[in-house]
Amino acid sequence: MFAYYLELAIRSLRRSPGLTALMVLTIAFGVAASMTTYSVFRAVSGDPIPWKSAKLFVPQIDNWGPNGRGSDGEPPNAMDYNDAITLMRDHRAKLQSAMYQISPSIVPADASKHPINVSGHAVYSEFFPMLDVPFLYGSGWSADDDTQRAAVVVISSKLNQKLFGGSNSVGKTVNIEGKDYRVVGVLNDWNPQPRFFDVVNSGGFSTGVEDVFLPFQRAITVGIPNDGNTNCNAVPTESGFVGLQHSACVWIAYMAELDDTAAATAYKQYLDGYAHDLQQSGHFGWAPNNRLRDLPHWLDNQHVVPSDTKVSLLVALGLLLACLVNTAGLLLAKFLRRSSEIGVRRALGAPRLAIYAQFLTEASIIGLAGGVLGLMLTGVGVVSVGWVLPKDIAALARVDFSLLTLTLLVAVIATTLAGLYPTFRASRVQPAWQLKSN
Amino acid sequence: MDILPILSTLRRHKLTSWLLILEIALTCAIVCNAVFLIGQRLQRMDMPSGVAEHELLQIQVADVTTPSNPYARLAEDVAVLRQVPGVISVASSNQVPFGSSSSNGNIRLDPAQPERTLFATTYFGENLVPTLGTRLVSGRDLQSDDFVDVETAMKGLGNGDSKSLPHVTLITQTLAERLWPGQNPLGRIIYLTPVVGLRVVGVVDSLVRPNAYDTAKAQYTMVVPLRMGASKDQSYLIRTRPEDRANVLAAALAALKKADPQRVVTTQRSFDEVRRKFFQDDRAMAGMLVGVIAALLTVTALGIVGLASFWVAQRRRTIGVRRALGATRGNILHYFQTENFVLATFGIALGMVLAYGINLFLMSHYELPRLPGVYFPVGAVLLWLIGQVAVLGPALRAAAVPPVVATRSV
Repeated sequence: MFAYYLELAIRSLRRSPGLTALMVLTIAFGVAASMTTYSVFRAVSGDPIPWKSAKLFVPQIDNWGPNGRGSDGEPPNAMDYNDAITLMRDHRAKLQSAMYQISPSIVPADASKHPINVSGHAVYSEFFPMLDVPFLYGSGWSADDDTQRAAVVVISSKLNQKLFGGSNSVGKTVNIEGKDYRVVGVLNDWNPQPRFFDVVNSGGFSTGVEDVFLPFQRAITVGIPNDGNTNCNAVPTESGFVGLQHSACVWIAYMAELDDTAAATAYKQYLDGYAHDLQQSGHFGWAPNNRLRDLPHWLDNQHVVPSDTKVSLLVALGLLLACLVNTAGLLLAKFLRRSSEIGVRRALGAPRLAIYAQFLTEASIIGLAGGVLGLMLTGVGVVSVGWVLPKDIAALARVDFSLLTLTLLVAVIATTLAGLYPTFRASRVQPAWQLKSN
Repeated sequence: MDILPILSTLRRHKLTSWLLILEIALTCAIVCNAVFLIGQRLQRMDMPSGVAEHELLQIQVADVTTPSNPYARLAEDVAVLRQVPGVISVASSNQVPFGSSSSNGNIRLDPAQPERTLFATTYFGENLVPTLGTRLVSGRDLQSDDFVDVETAMKGLGNGDSKSLPHVTLITQTLAERLWPGQNPLGRIIYLTPVVGLRVVGVVDSLVRPNAYDTAKAQYTMVVPLRMGASKDQSYLIRTRPEDRANVLAAALAALKKADPQRVVTTQRSFDEVRRKFFQDDRAMAGMLVGVIAALLTVTALGIVGLASFWVAQRRRTIGVRRALGATRGNILHYFQTENFVLATFGIALGMVLAYGINLFLMSHYELPRLPGVYFPVGAVLLWLIGQVAVLGPALRAAAVPPVVATRSV
């Protein structure tokens, strides 16, 4: 039966090729515009580590007090050195790491080559297992390396390519800021977006690759300065990087892995206890005002998804809606004109259901055709997003299989819905009345 | 042209008419808001910086090993850059207008007040006013004996020796007006901390902050006479003639490299690039919205063409009868044009209400300002025009229907 409806539908669509093309084009247009925007939106709001994000928490400690809070009463979004080190020493979470952004120079062994400036982070050993960082060669360093401030480094595969031609460089040395470091691990391609472990410094997105990871205490000892943001409530009393470490300025990102709600509650209690102790000892002149957010809430709180993207998604959805209304209007006009045909079919004994089936087949063919064309236009759209959007966001927008399926589905469902009312009207036509006139 | 027969015809095609009205309304609402959003972006991108943007270059260099005396190194570099042919003026600064990365401080007018008065950005660097080309409106520029090494200032802050702290500052007109409305700011004191009080000695016309995300606070700027040493966060600013920029930049880089071949140039750009980069998101958003508007108007126009053609085909016989009864081609043409005008008017009226609703929603969710009334007539005229253009083809075809059609049976 379906084959028969299909044939009828195609015959009917062929009768008015202009109108058919118009409907297909409209659908394709709407689908392409909204899907392109959607792909950008999904790229920037996607969960960077979906299998674990609910277990990763970002603690915030209010070390500035009421004067330093924003109007929303939020504590600073990073930590000062003292709090970060205390939290690391207490080691209350399953895995945790303090981290700060660095930008050291690497001096190539070949003296004729210029030094290169790379970016990366100073982190603790638990950073790698906590974030499931993939390694191509070797692994992260050990907890002993942390405490001994060992001269070890984990490098990106890109830097490994540049320095060692891509070979297994574990055990070789790299000269960073004039000192030799032993390579313990080479990362596989790892470029999570948003750059969730240090949102404060990257603004969430970064086209650069993290090239080096050094042990936190080692970087502090040799004085590799913070390359990220520093926010101060008061001017530090000492100058330089050491002065920064003694100040209440915040510049360190922190992340902890807590496996269940009980662990998270316990950790929050620990944080409040810590702040309470500082209040008791007179360091804090205010009651604890800490936060412990899991990763998705943290990203939302830090407005990592640009509101531009949200507004343009709304605009694109509006466009899709306008296209659907347009198609519905055209379908309605087309179907209502065929009352006599329906009358004949009903008089010959076709049940209402058969009329529905026939017309919905016709509507979904238009939807399908529009969807397929829209799919191609989406491809074009996603490619051309690179012309208008900043590179770091455009690079993330990709057509993938789920987007593909969604596009087709949206097109077919939307057109079928748009075809529903005309079909309802058409199937209500009284056969006798239609046969009488004309 | 009589509108009543048109209305009675439309009443017989209620649903189709309503769908067309709805589509025009949606388009009108989205276009009004999108044009408004674009306007917002363009206005932001036009934000004045107060500096001679087409004459400025920015260079940042990083040393592999920290120089033993960063102040001497900075002075050497500035001297080297002054020697480059084509250079008019050289300054060093901890930050640049629209450069994003910034240094800011809470300022107070009374050292004892618990809450900050506002959050202003602080430029540290010598020779900034002549190099940036910002105009001094009153008072004097900072002089070299105002300047204090940052190291000395930090020590002074540590041991409470106020002599080794900077004492004066330059502020922008906007900041002066905000702090002391209608009064003379010269000689007034701004407190960065309870001990660091800076006397205002000069007021500059305009100098935008590096982090100008909020237009209202974009000019909350101070220039403080702190001498920073050479480091990779310092920028060298070079003023030259617009046509010399490329040559001067290349020559300046070569001169810096010659002074120390080991160092790495991390930033080298003209201020046109600085501005372009700072506003790239706004430009992207505006571009995307222009695309959506074009798409939306095209779709609406196509919809009108489709439906109008359909109605023309459906009414061929009626048209033939009217023509046979003496209606001219012009009458038929006008009939369809008026019909479209009526539909568009309904759509636009509904669209205005919708546009206002969308704007209210955006205002409450995305901190957007109220849609100014001027966008409503613009949207209306645009849609009327689109409607008339779209309906012209089908209406001409209708006008071409010969009267003889009336005599034929269907």
